[in-house]
Amino acid sequence: MTISIRSVDKRFGRYPALNDVSLEIADGELLALLGPSGSGKTTLLRTIAGLEFPDAGQVLFGGEDVTYASAAKRRVGFVFQQYALFKHMTVAKNVAFGLDVRKGREKPSKADITKRVDELLKLVELDGLGGRYPSQLSGGQRQRVALSRALAVSPSVLLLDEPFGALDATVRKSLRKELRRIHDATGVTTIFVTHDQEEAMGLADRVAILNAGAIEQVGTPDEVHDSPATAFVCGFVGDANRIEGLVAAGVFNGGGVKLPAKGVADGPACAFVRPYDLALGGANAFAATLQRVSVQGAVAHLDVTTSAGAAIEAVVARAEASNLSVGQPLKLSTAKAHIFPV
Amino acid sequence: MGVTLSVLSLVVLIPLSAVAIKAAELSPAEFAAAAFSERAIAAYRLTFGAAFAAAVINGVFGVLTAWALVRYEFPGKSIVNAMVDLPFALPTAVAGIALATLYSPNGWVGQYLTPLGIKAAYNPLGVVIALTFIGLPFVVRTIEPVLRDLAADVEEAAASLGANRIQTVARVVLPALGPAWLTGFALAFARAVGEYGSVIFIAGNMPYQSEIAPLLIIIQLEQYEYAAAAAIALVMLSASFAMLFVINAIQAWARRIEG
Repeated sequence: MTISIRSVDKRFGRYPALNDVSLEIADGELLALLGPSGSGKTTLLRTIAGLEFPDAGQVLFGGEDVTYASAAKRRVGFVFQQYALFKHMTVAKNVAFGLDVRKGREKPSKADITKRVDELLKLVELDGLGGRYPSQLSGGQRQRVALSRALAVSPSVLLLDEPFGALDATVRKSLRKELRRIHDATGVTTIFVTHDQEEAMGLADRVAILNAGAIEQVGTPDEVHDSPATAFVCGFVGDANRIEGLVAAGVFNGGGVKLPAKGVADGPACAFVRPYDLALGGANAFAATLQRVSVQGAVAHLDVTTSAGAAIEAVVARAEASNLSVGQPLKLSTAKAHIFPV
Repeated sequence: MGVTLSVLSLVVLIPLSAVAIKAAELSPAEFAAAAFSERAIAAYRLTFGAAFAAAVINGVFGVLTAWALVRYEFPGKSIVNAMVDLPFALPTAVAGIALATLYSPNGWVGQYLTPLGIKAAYNPLGVVIALTFIGLPFVVRTIEPVLRDLAADVEEAAASLGANRIQTVARVVLPALGPAWLTGFALAFARAVGEYGSVIFIAGNMPYQSEIAPLLIIIQLEQYEYAAAAAIALVMLSASFAMLFVINAIQAWARRIEG
């Protein structure tokens, strides 16, 4: 199901949660809504779900206007951060709920429901746990139940609100892979909200980055990382050193660092340099003093200060850092920087 | 542990065992005659029947009250909230006199009921009214926190899965309230069985008709029939203990499921 969001506005009292947001989601896509808390990403997801209704604008499902249709009419599967399982029902009853509440001819037979529940529990690798109560499951297992409950109604779109937010790092990682596998197996259009850029970049086909109720950029993980459209995106996606300075005649100068800034208007500007884009030595290198070295696996993190006192982090191969000592002067250069006027 | 046990013994166990010991002065035949006389049985029937009826009424209206207090904002909400606890704080005799005045045939409410052929005071119906009054907060206050904790997302989840409002309330909200509701119901029932002060003013206290068991105990005491009073008391005590045991069992069961 393709989904179009057209110029949606939503306010809570005087606080604008969404401000003229437009977004197209392709059929079968796995899209991440990424942004800091308060950026409106959850409001956008809930608006797509039919749990919130916009003050202005349109939501279209497959070309059909569903702006004011209820969640049930839209046939969305929604997965909540805190699982929202029915505690007094067994796992199997939870999963079957969406089929059980159907009426008349729409309602599948008991045997069909049982079969479907078994299939879904197998899909999320919970087979055999149908008789348990949610309180007898771990957090990761509960989220799997919530996922299969949402999938039971064969939703036109699967929506997940910070689905792994309440889980620890290991469980999170395995559930992420699981979501990708389930998405690929079912082919259902999926949108999830996260504030964790690693999660968005690692899992999604495309990422929509929100800030202060507006979409800053939509693109593949590589696009938003390599060609950020705005300073916000550059700072939010991936690590970046932020250097304040001035652009004059196509050259950025600030914090003791000079960088080519072709096509950037003269005036105050902000340069973003990713730690792993910095190299020791090279052309147009700037001077810095090494303050600290910390080795993490195959790479070494170098904390340096420039001649103007700006603190910068660089990441180099571990071997390159082996003969460096703290306090030593260094030359650093970068082939890539993102410079935005402020 | 030692302190707990001594306090428990002094305050609870010794007086209770005194009841049993006093009742033991009677031979089995005398005990049966005192505790299960026709008049006593009528009193038990009224006490437990009216208490059950009151608990059922409270079970319905307590949920509605709790629902309104948790889910809606309305002017005067804090006053309503305080009023719910009034039966806890009010001396029961005050409540009894007030209710008797209201519901007596020429009282504020009673004068409108009399033409309809409803007699709401000085009969079993009056007993039920008094017991309903004192039991309401038990249901409201046990349901309220559970309803508050029942996150909105659970209802949203049900709605997004295609359940309509009635299905959501009937299959998701009320079952989730179930254990708390049973607890509140049992507490209101237990409280009503033991209620004395508010009932005697409105009941009319006619033997075999509107005389409750606690009053019968007092009457026996006033006639210096201590052993007979103790016999009736023992029956009430056993019933109360059985009920509290049931309440605890319900709570343990609920904890196991809710985790």
